[in-house]
Amino acid sequence: MMQVTVSCVVNGVAVSAEAEPRTLLVDFLRNQLRLTGTHVGCDTSQCGVCVVHVNARAVKSCSMLAVQAEGADITTIEGLAATSAAVGSRGLHPMQAAFRAEHGLQCGFCTPGMIMTAVELVRRRPDPSEAEVRAGLEGNLCRCTGYHNIVKAVLKAAAQMRAAQTAAPTPAATDSAHV
Amino acid sequence: MYEFAYERPVDLGAALKAADADSAFLAGGMTLLPTLKMRLARRSRLIDLSALPELRGVTATSTTVDIGAMTSHVEVQDSPEVQRLLPGLARLAAGIGDPLVRNRGTIGGSIANNDPAADYPAAVLGLGATIVTNLRRIPGDDFFTGMFATALAPGELITRISFPVARRAGYLKFRNPASRYAVVGVMVAQTPAGIRVAVTGAGPQVFRLPAFEQALTRRFAPEALQGLTVPSDGLNDDMHGSAAYRASLVGVIARRVVDMVAA
Repeated sequence: MMQVTVSCVVNGVAVSAEAEPRTLLVDFLRNQLRLTGTHVGCDTSQCGVCVVHVNARAVKSCSMLAVQAEGADITTIEGLAATSAAVGSRGLHPMQAAFRAEHGLQCGFCTPGMIMTAVELVRRRPDPSEAEVRAGLEGNLCRCTGYHNIVKAVLKAAAQMRAAQTAAPTPAATDSAHV
Repeated sequence: MYEFAYERPVDLGAALKAADADSAFLAGGMTLLPTLKMRLARRSRLIDLSALPELRGVTATSTTVDIGAMTSHVEVQDSPEVQRLLPGLARLAAGIGDPLVRNRGTIGGSIANNDPAADYPAAVLGLGATIVTNLRRIPGDDFFTGMFATALAPGELITRISFPVARRAGYLKFRNPASRYAVVGVMVAQTPAGIRVAVTGAGPQVFRLPAFEQALTRRFAPEALQGLTVPSDGLNDDMHGSAAYRASLVGVIARRVVDMVAA
């Protein structure tokens, strides 16, 4: 079976590992790199639990090959807190802290993908309306919460991230989505 | 997935040379990869187009907006040129799939795939765009040849899509609530070549509505379409909606689009 070497930066660390061309990015992250915070839900590219950031864009890592990530800069849920200047006392990114505070999860299975999508949503639109949050989470399915507390969590995190940016602007907090 | 070879060429010539009867060009992969995952298709080789800078980006003049085939939906949605010159197209792009799909999916991939419920084919046909390939320029009217079928020859590659700037244009769809694909979507445009109305989702492939175009040429107002109907013969009939339901939606949505852009 043909193996190729995939080299990329994951959560700030340069990594290199073998994969077949058909290996999905999500399987590469979970099996080769043992980063199991990124989940596999549907296998049909619909549920969004596998969302990670690739070159500052939120993507479904089940719908991308590991070889396509050659040279890319990847952030998974494990590395999210380190990207924020406003890490709280528990070492959480403001979005993670808000999901906790607002009971934005029950079983927690969809939460990593939900949070990674929500972080990009707020980066693109720092002051979203409730409707914009709901539309922005269309690619992420939750079967427990009915979404209400998830939306509350995203709105709360957005407010906190705006406040943090006003207090201490950092390059990490600017919108790189237009590059 | 079945096994395949993968390459990511850095120049267009190498990409074209790598293509053979069993290979596939990989654009955003939002259809191709899920299809391969489910073993609905098998390819010997994937040729990743993402390292070809000439396939990317938006170039505009006062009369045309050219979009590189590998430009993602979010890049079209965010493009200041598209927003200024063809706001209806920016809005169409902003409604494709979900944000995660829009971050990867590309205009060239969508058009080459010609899914009967995809949004971009309605823009190509409705705005009277030209598909530019490595070999030739194909008028939008000649490009879509059937369900998932196009005028592209084997190994031929879309490099960009050239849209004429329309005086006004708009697109609305009745979305499947799960997939966000169009159950019915309608693009109405007042182009340099006249009024054009294109429908996606309703039939086996995107199609124009000459009777609607003539009525709107006489008077560009929703009332001009009052009483015009679409025969349900040959329209899609599935668990998401009957052919008669889709025929009815075409009229309703066309009037809403005209109402939106006539204002």
